[in-house]
Amino acid sequence: MPLDKSIKKVLVIGSGPIVIGQAAEFDYSGTQACQAIKDEGIDVVLVNSNPATIMTDRGMATSTYIEPLTAEYVEKIIKKERPDSIIAGMGGQTGLNLACELYDKGIFDKYNMKVIGTSIPSIKEGEDRDSFKKLMERTNQPIAPSEIVTNLSDGIEFAKEIGYPVIVRPAYTLGGTGGGIAETEEELIEILSQGLHLSRVSQVLLEKSIKGWKEIEFEVMRDGAGNCITVCSMENIDPVGVHTGDSIVVAPALTLADKEYQMLRKAAIDIINSIEIKGGCNVQFALNPDSFEYAVIEINPRVSRSSALASKATGYPIAKIAAKIALGYNLDEIKNAVTGKTYACFEPAIDYIVTKIPKWPFDKFFGAKRNLGTKMMATGEIMAIGNTFESSLLKGVRSLEISQYTLERTSSKKRSTVELKQRAIVPDDERLFDLAELIRRNYNMEKLAEITGMDPFFLQKIKNIVEAEEELKKYRLEDVTYDMMKRYKRMGFSDKGIAELTGSKAAEVFKRRVEMGIIPVYKMVDTCAGEFEAVSPYYYSTYDEVTESFPSDRKKVIVIGSGPIRIGQGIEFDYCSVHSVLSLEKAGVETIIINNNPETVSTDFDTSDKLYFEPLTEEDVYNIILLEKPDGVILQFGGQTAIKLANFLADMNVPVLGTQPKYIDEAEDREKFDEMLEKLQIKRPKGKAIWSVEEGIAEANILEYPLLVRPSYVLGGQGMEITHNEADLVRYLSDAFAKDKKNPVLIDRYLGGRELEVDAICDGEDVLIPGIMEHLERAGVHSGDSVSIYPPQNVPENIIEKIKDVTYRIALELKVIGMINIQFIEFKGELYIIEVNPRSSRTVPYITKVTNVPVIDIATRIMLGEKLRDMGYTTGIAPKTNTVAIKVPIFSTEKLPRVEVSLGPEMRSTGEVLGVGHSFSEAMYKGFTAAGTTIPKAGSTILATVRDLDKENFLPIAKEFAKMGCKFVSTSGTADLLEAHGVPVQRAKKISEGVPNVLDIIRSGMIDLIIDIPKKGNDVHSDGFKIRRTAIECDVTIMTSLDTVGALVNVMKAGYTADSVDIIALSDIR
Amino acid sequence: MKAQLILENGARFVGEMFGAEKNIVGEVVFTTGMTGYQETLTDPSFAGQIVTMTFPLIGNYGINLEDNEAEHTNLKAFVVREKCDHPSNFRNEMNIDDFLKEQGVVGLEGIDTRALTKILRDHGVMKGVIMSGVPTDAEIASLMNSLDNSHVIMDTTTDKIYTINEAGAPHIAFIDMGAKHGILRDLAARGCKITVFPANAQAAQIDEMKPDMIFLSNGPGDPLDAPGTVDVIKELVGKYPICGICMGHQIIGLALGCKTKKLKFGHHGGNHPVKDLTTGNVYITSQNHNYILSDYPDCVEETFVNVNDGTCEGIRHKTLPIQSVQFHPEASPGPLDTGWLFDRFLKEVK
Repeated sequence: MPLDKSIKKVLVIGSGPIVIGQAAEFDYSGTQACQAIKDEGIDVVLVNSNPATIMTDRGMATSTYIEPLTAEYVEKIIKKERPDSIIAGMGGQTGLNLACELYDKGIFDKYNMKVIGTSIPSIKEGEDRDSFKKLMERTNQPIAPSEIVTNLSDGIEFAKEIGYPVIVRPAYTLGGTGGGIAETEEELIEILSQGLHLSRVSQVLLEKSIKGWKEIEFEVMRDGAGNCITVCSMENIDPVGVHTGDSIVVAPALTLADKEYQMLRKAAIDIINSIEIKGGCNVQFALNPDSFEYAVIEINPRVSRSSALASKATGYPIAKIAAKIALGYNLDEIKNAVTGKTYACFEPAIDYIVTKIPKWPFDKFFGAKRNLGTKMMATGEIMAIGNTFESSLLKGVRSLEISQYTLERTSSKKRSTVELKQRAIVPDDERLFDLAELIRRNYNMEKLAEITGMDPFFLQKIKNIVEAEEELKKYRLEDVTYDMMKRYKRMGFSDKGIAELTGSKAAEVFKRRVEMGIIPVYKMVDTCAGEFEAVSPYYYSTYDEVTESFPSDRKKVIVIGSGPIRIGQGIEFDYCSVHSVLSLEKAGVETIIINNNPETVSTDFDTSDKLYFEPLTEEDVYNIILLEKPDGVILQFGGQTAIKLANFLADMNVPVLGTQPKYIDEAEDREKFDEMLEKLQIKRPKGKAIWSVEEGIAEANILEYPLLVRPSYVLGGQGMEITHNEADLVRYLSDAFAKDKKNPVLIDRYLGGRELEVDAICDGEDVLIPGIMEHLERAGVHSGDSVSIYPPQNVPENIIEKIKDVTYRIALELKVIGMINIQFIEFKGELYIIEVNPRSSRTVPYITKVTNVPVIDIATRIMLGEKLRDMGYTTGIAPKTNTVAIKVPIFSTEKLPRVEVSLGPEMRSTGEVLGVGHSFSEAMYKGFTAAGTTIPKAGSTILATVRDLDKENFLPIAKEFAKMGCKFVSTSGTADLLEAHGVPVQRAKKISEGVPNVLDIIRSGMIDLIIDIPKKGNDVHSDGFKIRRTAIECDVTIMTSLDTVGALVNVMKAGYTADSVDIIALSDIR
Repeated sequence: MKAQLILENGARFVGEMFGAEKNIVGEVVFTTGMTGYQETLTDPSFAGQIVTMTFPLIGNYGINLEDNEAEHTNLKAFVVREKCDHPSNFRNEMNIDDFLKEQGVVGLEGIDTRALTKILRDHGVMKGVIMSGVPTDAEIASLMNSLDNSHVIMDTTTDKIYTINEAGAPHIAFIDMGAKHGILRDLAARGCKITVFPANAQAAQIDEMKPDMIFLSNGPGDPLDAPGTVDVIKELVGKYPICGICMGHQIIGLALGCKTKKLKFGHHGGNHPVKDLTTGNVYITSQNHNYILSDYPDCVEETFVNVNDGTCEGIRHKTLPIQSVQFHPEASPGPLDTGWLFDRFLKEVK
C-alpha cells in the first residue's frame, strides 16, 4: 500500500533522559523517524524531556515539546496539537510504556487518534510476559519453562518446581532493571522482591536458566502487507547469562551453520507475522550449542539498541524504514538509499565483521560491583568494522579509550591463574583481557570453552591475537619484515600496539610501515557485499590492496566525534558534532565524520558527506587525514576524546580549525593555566600541590578548612573529596600516598559558594555569551550533576558584569576561536574561576535551546573565518528569553550495585531532563516531574538524616515541610534536633540498633522522600551509604544536598499540579 | 603454496592455495550468502565454476556429512578471504581444507574478495585460472582457452534411473539436470514417489512410468547446452503437469517458446527479493543462476518477478498445469520463506 493519505499529523514520543539501558540510540531512531515522516509532508509533534538530543532541535519536528514524559503532559500536548496519529515504537521502552498507558486510559480514542505502525495490542503481546508466553505457545515456539508471578511465595514455589538457577525478569523495565539470576532460594527472595517492586505491573517472570547457551538476535522488519525481512543477525560472544547490552556482540552471527541460521530466521519471521508487527522488531534466541534445540528469550516490538547497531552494521536504516511502514508504505515501495536502485525489501549481505563492545562506567565508579549479569550496566558502546574477526576486535578494544592497544592488560597480568579462572566463570568488564591472559598462560582451551560457555571459535580467535602478540615480543622493530608487518596490520594491530610489543614508539612503527608501503585502504559499507553499485559514503579501513574511498577536490573539513557514551561525555557531544556538520554543509564545505559510536546521529551515513567508522586514536585518525588531506580538522565538538588529539595533530602539522592546540594545552595544563590567571589577575580558590601528609597538614593550616582534595593524576576514578578537618585530611592523604607516591595531591581551599557556568563563543575579537547558567547546588557538587538554571535567578548585576569581563579576557588570552566553557564560584561577593574547557561542553545543547542562540552554527562559522559582528552578534550576553529553563540531572545508580548515590565532586549522572516554565518554581516543578522526583504533599512521610554540619541549615526547611503537613522519621541525631525545635518526628533505629531499623522502614514502602545529607560518600560500611542504596533499590526519591531540598520546598509551597501549569513548545521560547 | 587467480581481463589476485593443489580453469562467479558455504560447495549448479564467497570468514562451523547438496562437489575452485582451520560446531566433522582436498577441489585464500566481486559486478562473469608458481603468459592463455563447460549437465546428472520412496504418491518423474538434494528432500517429505531420470532421458522412457507429474531440477551452465531436454519437454507438454526450479524452469520456458538471456553477473546469494505477482507479497529467496527467461509467448504468464532488477523469477502456462520458478524454494542454503511452493506445485496433480 502506498502512503496513507489520511495521516496529517503524527505524535512522536521520545525516550527521555539518557540512562543505562536507554542511551543515544533513541535520539538516532527518533531523529530518523521525524525526518522520514516530515519528508512525506506530514507534520510531526514531538515530545521528549531530554534537551541534549538532536531530535528536540528547532526544525526537526513541526512542533517540539521538551516536557515531562507523563500521561498528563502528553495528553495536554495532544489536546493542544490534535495530532491524528501516534507512532509508538520510536522512543524506546519509555516511549512504548507511555503509549501503552495513554492507550489504556483511552486518550487516543478520546482525541480520535490512530496508532500507526505496530498496534498497541501487538506491542502488549510481545511485552507482557504472560501473553508473550501464550504467543509462543500459539506459534509453536519453544521457550524456557517459566511462570509469571506476582508475589514472593508463588515465586519460591515455582522455583522449587523447575530447580535453580532461576532467571528473574520483571515486566516493562529497561535494560533488565531489577532482574538477575538466583542460584539459591535466598538470592531469589532478594532479587524477586526488588523485581516485583520495580515492574510497572508487579509482574515478574521466573524462568529456568539456560545459562551457557548461545545468544543470537535477529532484527526483523514487517510491513502492513505481511512482507518480512531480516536485517541482520547478531551473535553474543558471551553466552546467555550476560545481558546483551553488556556482551561483546558480533554481526553477522559467525558460528551458525545455514541450517541453524535459517531455523532461527524462520522462527523470528513466524513470530512477527503472528503478532502482526508493522515496523521493526528484535527477537532474541538462546541456542543450545550441542543441538538444534532453541528457546525464544524475548522480543522487542520496537526499534532498540540492537536495531541501532544492526542499522549501523549493515547500512540499513531500520528506524526510517519502520516510520515509512507506519505511514502505509510496503517494503517493496521504499528505495534502498544506499544503492539508490534496489528496494528496502531485501536482506543486507555484509562482507565484513562488526564487533560491538560495551563501555562500562567503572572507571568512574570505583567501588561498584562489576560482575556482568542479566542487568545491563554499560553506559554506551563502540562498534568496529574489519574484514577479519581479529581486526574488528582489536579496533574495538582501542576504540574504548581505556589505554589498551593489545589484549595484554596490566591488571589481568597481575592476577593468579586461580583468580583468572574464577573471573572467567563469573565475568566482569575485564573478561576479554582475563581470557587473553589465561590463554597466554596456555590454559586448556577446551576447559576454557567449558567454564565460559563461549564458543571455541571465538576463543581460538583471541588465541590467534595472543599468539601474534607473543611472537611480536620476540622481535625488535627493525627486524620486523614486510610480510610480518602486513600480516599484523591485517590482523588489526595498531602502530601503538606493535610499538608496545616490540619496545619501540608508535611514530617509529608508523614511519617503518609507511616506508614499506603499508597503508590502509577504505572499503565501503554498502548493504549488498559489493553486488550492486552503491552510493553510500560510509567506510572502514582494511589493509587490502584496493581502496574504494576517493577524496574529492572540494574544500573539506573533518569533524572528530566523541566516541562511546560515558559518564561525563554523553550525547551532548554528538549533538555538537552533528550541528557542526550541518553548519559546514551550509557553508558549502565537504564534511567528513570520524566516529565509532553506533548509537548516534553522527554515525548515520546521511549526516555527513563521508563517514569513516573508525577508532578515534591518533593513528586511525591520521590515516584518514593522510588520505583525505582536509583543509581543517575540528576537535572542539568531540569532547575530551577529540581534544586529546590536539597536540598530536599539531605535531603532524595538520590544520586544526578554531582554537590552536598550543592554547588548548595552556588551558588543560594546570601550571600553565595558573600562570595565565596570575597574569590576568583573575582569582581562583587558593591551592597547592603537596607531596606528603606533613606538607598537607601545614598547607591546610595556611589555606584553612574546608579543603577540596584530589590526586593530580587521577587513577581509576578515585576522586575528589571535601575534607572538613585535619583528621579527614590525614586519612585522605595517607590513603592517597599509600596508593601512589609518585604524584602529588592537589589541595584547594573549598569555597562553598554559588556555582555559575558559561559557554561562550569567541572569534578572536569579540566574545558572545549566549547565557549564564546558575547551579542550584553549591560548589562541591560536580557541575554535570547540579541542577542548572537559565537565566540566573540570584546573581547580582556586578557578578554578571564580572563574568562577562573575565570570560572576555580569558577567551582572548587563550586566543579562543570557537567555543569555551568556564565555571565560576561566587563566594562572599567575589568571583572565582574553577575550570576552563577550551571546547564545547555538555551544556551546549541545553543553552542553545533555551537561549535560542544557534551556538554551534556560530562557532563553526567562526572557525571557518567569519566574525561575530558579521553575523549580527557582539561582545556580551545575549538577551534573556521569556522563560525559565532548568536542567535536572538523571542518575542510573539503580543499575549499578554498590555505587555511591550522594552528590559530590565526581560526576555520576548519565542524563538530563529539562523543565521549562514561566517562573523558577514552575520550571523547577516540571524539572522534578520530568526527573520522576516525588514531590511530597500533605501527609507524606520524609526520612531525614542530616550531618551535624548542616543541621542548622536543615531546620528551617524541616519546619516548612512540617507546616505543610509532612511527617518526619529520623534516627537519633536528626530526631533530637527536630524534637528540640518542636518538629514532630518518629524515631527510627540505626542499623546497629537492631531491627526493625531505618532500612526496614524504607523497604516497608512508607517513606515518600529521603533527605540524607552525608558526612562523606563512598564508605560502603556507613549507615548513610546503606540508606542511600536502599532508597535507590526501593525506588524512593532521595536528595543528598540541602540546596535541592530547598528548591523542593519552594515547589511544594507553590502547589502546582499538572493541570495548573502550561505546556510550552520550543518555538514559544523566544 | 602461493598461487594466483588470473581473470580473463588480466586482473590478478595472489593468495595461498589450499584444498587440492593443482592448476584449474573455470567461470568465476561470486555468491553473497553469509552462511551455507557447505551447501554452496556441493551445489551441482556451480559445476565448472570458480566460486568466490563475499563473506570473509569461511569454514567457521566446519563441514558435516549431512548438509551436502550432492554426493560430490562439482565446482572447480573455492576462493575465500580467510578459511577457518579450527571450526566449531556440534555437527562439525572436518575442516574445509581437508574437505576440499578429499573432493579434489582447489581452494584459494587470502585475497581481496570484495575487490574481485566488484570486478565481476562491473565486467560481468568471466573466465579465470588459478595457477601456482609463476606461470608464463602462454601457459595462462592455454589453460584459459581450455575451458569448456558445455558438458557440465551430463557431468552432474545421475547416470542411472532410480526411485525414491517407492510406496509414495503422487508419482513424480524427476529429471535431474544436476539436482540439489534439497529438492528431492522437499518432495519426498511431502510423500511423493520420485523416479529420478538423467538429463538425457527420452520422452518414451518417462511415458513408460506413467508419472503424475514431471519435475525438472536445477542444474549448471547454459540451458541451451542441455542434452535435448527441451525437445523432450516439448513432447510431454499437455500430457502431464510439469514443474521446475532454476534450470528446470528455464528448460520449461524454452519448451514453451520463451527465450533465455545471460545476466551480466547472475544472481547468487540468499537475499533476493521476489514478488509474487498474484498476491503482491514479497519473499526473500535463495538464488543461483546466470540465465533468465525472456520473450514469453502468449501462452505463458509471469508469476514472480525480481524486485531489484525486474527479471523473470517464475512462469505459468495460462491453460495447462505447468509452472516453474527461477529461485530455490528448497533453500539449502538460504531462507525458508518459499517452501510452500512445493505444495503449490503438487496441487497441479489432479
